[in-house]
Order: sequence, then structure tokens, then C-alpha cells
Amino acid sequence: MNTSFELFPEQASTMAHKVDRLYLFELGVAVGFTALICALILYFGVKYRRGSRADRGNPPQSNLLELMWAALPLVLSMVMFAWGADLYFDQQTGPDNSAREREELDIEVVGKQWMWKIRHPLGRREINQLHVPLGYVVRLRMISEDVIHSFYVPEFRIKQDVLPGRYSTMWFQPSKTGTFHLFCAEYCGTEHSRMIGEVIVQTPAEYSAWVSGETGEPAEVRGRRLFEQHGCLSCHRGEDSSRGPSLAGVFGRQVALSSGQAVVADEA
Amino acid sequence: MTTDHRTRRNYLNANYSIWSWLFTTDHKRVGILYLLSVTFFFFIGGAAAVLFRLELMTPRGDLTLPETYNKLFTLHGIVMIFFFLVPSIPAVLGNFFLPMMIGARDVAFPRLNLASWYIFITGGLFTIWAIVTGGVDTGWTFYTPYSSTYGNTNVIAAALGVFIAGFSSILTGLNFIVTTHTMRAPGMRWFRLPLFVWAHYATGLIMVLGTPVLAVTLLLLILERALGIGIFDPALGGDPILFQHLFWFYSHPAVYIMVLPAMGVVSEIITCFARNRIFGYRFIAFSSLAIAILGFLVWGHHMFVSGQSMYAGFVFSFLSMLVAVPSAIKVFNWTATLYKGTVTWSTPMLYALGFIGLFTMGGLTGLFLATLAVDVHVHDTYFVVAHFHYIMVGGAVMGYLGGVHFWWPKMTGKLYPENWARFSAILIFFGFNLTFFPQFVLGYLGMPRRYHAYPEQFQVLNVMSSAGASILGVAYLLPLGYLIWSLRYGRRAGRNPWRATGLEWTTPSPPPTENFPDGTPIAGDAYQYSSVDDWDLVLPAPEEHPEEAAV
Ligand SMILES: [Cu+2]
Ligand SMILES: [Cu+2]
Repeated sequence: MNTSFELFPEQASTMAHKVDRLYLFELGVAVGFTALICALILYFGVKYRRGSRADRGNPPQSNLLELMWAALPLVLSMVMFAWGADLYFDQQTGPDNSAREREELDIEVVGKQWMWKIRHPLGRREINQLHVPLGYVVRLRMISEDVIHSFYVPEFRIKQDVLPGRYSTMWFQPSKTGTFHLFCAEYCGTEHSRMIGEVIVQTPAEYSAWVSGETGEPAEVRGRRLFEQHGCLSCHRGEDSSRGPSLAGVFGRQVALSSGQAVVADEA
Repeated sequence: MTTDHRTRRNYLNANYSIWSWLFTTDHKRVGILYLLSVTFFFFIGGAAAVLFRLELMTPRGDLTLPETYNKLFTLHGIVMIFFFLVPSIPAVLGNFFLPMMIGARDVAFPRLNLASWYIFITGGLFTIWAIVTGGVDTGWTFYTPYSSTYGNTNVIAAALGVFIAGFSSILTGLNFIVTTHTMRAPGMRWFRLPLFVWAHYATGLIMVLGTPVLAVTLLLLILERALGIGIFDPALGGDPILFQHLFWFYSHPAVYIMVLPAMGVVSEIITCFARNRIFGYRFIAFSSLAIAILGFLVWGHHMFVSGQSMYAGFVFSFLSMLVAVPSAIKVFNWTATLYKGTVTWSTPMLYALGFIGLFTMGGLTGLFLATLAVDVHVHDTYFVVAHFHYIMVGGAVMGYLGGVHFWWPKMTGKLYPENWARFSAILIFFGFNLTFFPQFVLGYLGMPRRYHAYPEQFQVLNVMSSAGASILGVAYLLPLGYLIWSLRYGRRAGRNPWRATGLEWTTPSPPPTENFPDGTPIAGDAYQYSSVDDWDLVLPAPEEHPEEAAV
């Protein structure tokens, strides 16, 4: 058993530390109020316990007090609203364009039960992995083939539902190289908890090598490695009970598609 | 203890035949029927939770299949929300005590009241049938198009069960509203009503106005699934977000159906065991109405990442923040009621004070979720799971248990063993916090909810949560044991063991069928306690109506 644990996820996008700062403000308010209420309950509960000889004369009723403890939460919650709405506006509309020249990248994401399919601008595809270059503004254009999924990268503090029949978009700007979690956050059926992957942030040079690169492995070998790595076997087992057809020896063979056409399974 | 007491007529021994129970129109007996049924459902839903918390002890999904896991959390959600939390306080304690508190003989529509129980049981049987014939795996939220097109479990049967149970809720709410308007005793003006009645009046409004929308939503879901009529599935020309709007239009206010009655219970308990008038009576009464009304305007806070318009997000975030005001007013007023009171740390008081602390935490973490940018990160993670369990278990269940203990002597005529009860209350409090506090941390770390397997880094916190859940499971069995024990061996309670002020305490325990054998009572102001006179009052107080024994 892995016995380590943290309290905060890594901060790996330009949004992460902004969200954390707001979160810490709210945490301060929450801890402060909880402590205040608990302290008052214990203090009154002990001081005025049955049999104690504390002064109980003239218990007050005060409209001013009522007004104060209505106004304080109102003010604090309005701060939270405005602060959160400001960040949300950025998340929804993208970084403001007046800033210095930036590198940008548009990537297509398709969610389906239970995998993420990704296509890069130069045509390179991947499954359950998303390679992105450090410091770029990355825009995702996402759609689902079946039910609702949700694209979630906790280290970036971003999440967006991926809907069938409608494109949704989101953006992020990675601020740290490394490998981060990619989760499906909207319950989507049996293997919902396996609809996970990783976001790999590389330096721009590494990314451009990767996106155009060949690994040198022959297609069958690379296919087998990816097949095992991504757990495709959970569907394509080649048993009667499995969801998808067996893919044993599929490379270079004629395959009948559900559209009625037949094609040769090639590297695409 | 002499056997003479047993011969006095009350609602329990008026008639022992099973038919007298099944065809009863006595609001007290209907309340007991509900008590038995919701207890049954509570332990079904709890058993499912224990099983999936066991599964989550390890990161790999190795105890159950993913299909089974998904059915377990769906069962837990549907049963606990629709068959325990929604009916618990209103249908058990509300049915039993709302008429007595206003000095009435029964609710306004006693036969509708009985009908509501039959409808509830029918809905429950449908749901149980759906579970034993294969289960349902959509989550209690039934999101489309998974529920309408892709899922292949018993969605229609389960949705029908919830649809049917909804009508029992409507009838209960209708009864509360009409009873409060038309059946108050002489002198029982609106601002003399116990706050329990105000809370149930507000709850009744939500039940009557909100539940039909849930019924329509589930009916549309069933139509799409059974007949392929395109409403929510884009492949059929529908809109999946529409389902979420309709669903949350009921299901957010439903949170207040669950927690407002608990707030009413807390107001009764705090005043009684602090021997004090409630601080800010009108503020608490109106904050219940404010919460009921605001509750209908905030449903979109469940949809900040759904693809709903950004501007809708602004409006829903703003309105959700406003709920903080009436909630804070209640918390501060309860706390201020302790000031210059005479506090007895009795079992109901432990539950009520526990409620205030846990509801405060639940409410404050609700602000995180109403904050747009923070919600984007924690939406659909364990942070949400922790938050709503602080409101629904820390709030509603604590309030329910506090109320059951507070009124147990009145309902049964017997006292429960105080030390066992205090021990259980404290154990429940600790088990609860150990179960759900780690989930806040898990959620902010990014662990999504409804995950059968999870990355190893989340294991420590999950093991803590599962350990808490097993403590909680045991702690919930204790009251079941000693309350049943008290029916036979408990000390006799007398009319008013807590020396409480409500009208329900002016009649013998258990009350006779007609509630007030000496004629309709005359009502005065609520909560006429005096901490100065009662500074050394011992509770439970000895009996003071020996003449009842002689009859
Ligand atoms: Cu999913
Ligand atoms: Cu809500």
C-alpha cells in the first residue's frame, strides 16, 4: 500500500495557482467560521451548563445583531462570487488577446465508452494520452460518440463535459513539464473508472519531435505494445461476450466496416 | 411500575389487529408505519454503502465487478434519497407531531395521509423489484443519454418506483400546508407556531411545487427509453442538457426537503435543553421560507461545466451564494439561544449541537461549489460527495435521530437508556467525520466520484474513509438495538420528561387516539422556557401525573 498522501494536487497550468489562491481564501473563511461556531457552542454549553451559577438575567434579543450576522456572510459570499466569476470568465473565453504573441495549438478530442481519442494538427493520433508543449495555449475541441463524458485534468484545475451531438471547447496553458492525470469525471457506464489516461507536457522541441516522429518500431510491435498499455483488451478480447471484435492479426487484412465497405487495416 | 398503566387507552393499544393498522387514518399510526418503512430502507441503503466502501479499500477494483459497484452506488443513492431522506422527518415526525403541536386532532386529510403511505410502499416495492431483477446502474441522477439509450439495466422499473414515490411526497406536503392553515387551535397564531411547524410548512411548499417536475422528467425519460421518442438523446434529436435542467429543478430544492425539517427539529431541541426562548424567532421562521423560495432559483449550479451558457453560470452562482444568508441566520440564532441558557448535554442535544457544527461545515463547503472557478475543479469529485453528506447525513440524519430520541418518550411512553444513547451519538459523530472529512481532501486532489478503481496515490485517504464508514455502520445499529429494548424494559416516561413547552407534551404518553382527551388546548407563545428558574433542573424529570395510573 502506498502510504504517502498530499493535500493539494500539483500546479501545472497557468490557471492552477489562481484557483488555489481563491480556494485558500475560501478555506480560511470556512475554517474561521467553523471554529467560531464550535468555540461558541462549547463555551456557552460549559459556562451555562445545568447547575452552574452563571448569570442568566435578561437574555437579549437584538435586531442589530441579526443584521450583522446576515450582512457578514452576504459580503463574504459576494467576494467569492465575483472572484470566482472573474476566473471562470477567463476559463470560458480564453486568455485575453492583448497579451504578447503566444504559441497556440488546436487539438481534437473524441470521447467514447471508454476511451479518449486525440488528434493533433499534423495528423498524429493517440489514445488515452495527450502530448502537449509547455507554455503553449492549447485549445481542445471535444465531442462524444455516445454518452456524456467529462475531460478533467486535476493538475490544471480544469474540467469540461464532453457531449454527444455538440462540440464543447476548453483551453489551458501548461506551466510545468511532466505527466499528469486525465480523468473522465462524468459517470458514463461500466468502465467509467477506466476511462483515464495521462497528459504529457513536453518542451516544445520534444513535442515537435514527437508529433512528427517515428519511433522506429515496426507497426505490429508498436501496436501490440500500445494495445497492452491502453487496456484495449477489456473490449477487444475475441470472446463472444466481449464488446468489440478481436483484433488479432488485423494489420494488413481486409476488414468489413459497419458502413458496409471493406478496407485494408493500415497505419491510420 | 404497575401493569395498570398498560390499560390506559392510547393510540397504540386502541386496537391490536393488523387491519386496524393497515386501514388506520390516525396520523400517529401513519407516522409509525412510515417509521418502520424508512428504517427498513435506511439499512438497505446503508448496507450498499458498506459494501462499496469495502471495495474502495484498495485501488484496484478487486472485490466486485465494475457492474456490481455501479449498481451498489446507484442503489445507495436512490434508496437513501427517495426512500429515506425525503420522507424521514416529514413523514415520520411531521405526520406524528405537526397536528399535535398546533393542537389538532389529526391532519386535514387523514385518508390522503394513509394513501400516501400506500403509494410510498408501492414505489418502494417497484424499486426493490428493479434491484432484485438485475439492478440499475445509472446513478441516482439518471443522466441522459446514458439512462435513456445506452445503459442496459432496469432503468424503467427504478424510474417508475421513484415516480410513484413522488406522489406520496406531494400528498404529505399538501396535508402539511392545509393542516397548518386550517386546523390551528384557538390562540395558535402564526407567530406562536413552533419553528418545527414553520419548517414543515416551507417543506410542504417545496414538495407540492417541486415534485411534479421530477415526475414529468422521469416520465419523459421513460418515454424516450421505452418508445424511442427523442427528447434527451441527440441521436434522436433531443438535448441531454435539458434533462439536467429538469432534474435539478426538483433535485436541488429536494436538498431543502431533506434539511429544512431537520432545522425545525433542532429549533425544538435547542430551546428545550437550553431552557431558553429561541433567539430571533421571526428570523428563523422567515429564513425557512427564504430558503424554500431561493432553493427553486439555483439549480444551474450543478451544471457549471455541462456546457450551459457562461452567463447562466454567473446568475446561478450569484443566486446560490444568497442561500448563505438565511442559513447563517439560523446557525447564529441557534448558537445565541445557548447564551444565558441552562444547558443539559442530553442525547437529543448532542445530536442538535452536532447538527449545527456539521451543517455549518456542509454549508460553507457549499460556497466553494457555488464559486464558479473552484467548482470547475471540484465538480463531480469526492469534494461534492463530502459536501452533500455533511448536509444530508451530518445535517438531515443527525436531525432525524435527534428528533426520534427527543420524541421517543412521547411516541412510545418509554425512556431509552441515556448512557447508551449518548455513547452512540458521540460514536456516530466521530464515525461520520472520519468517513467524510478525508473525502474533501480526496476531491481537491482530483479523485472523481463513482470510480470503481483509482490511482494508488488516493489509497490512504480512502482507507481512512472506509474505516470511518465501518464505525458509522456499527454506530447506527446501536440505537436500533436500545430503542427496541426500551419498548419492553425502558422506564415509563410520563407526559413530559423533558419539561418541554409544546402542546404535544400536554397530553399523556403515548397519546390517546384523539390526541387531547381534555378538549382542544389553548395555545400561548412558543418556547416559554426560563433558564433562571430551571438552572438546576434534572432531565428526564420524574413523572407528575400519577392520576393517569389509576384509570
Ligand atoms: Cu466517464
Ligand atoms: Cu444544488
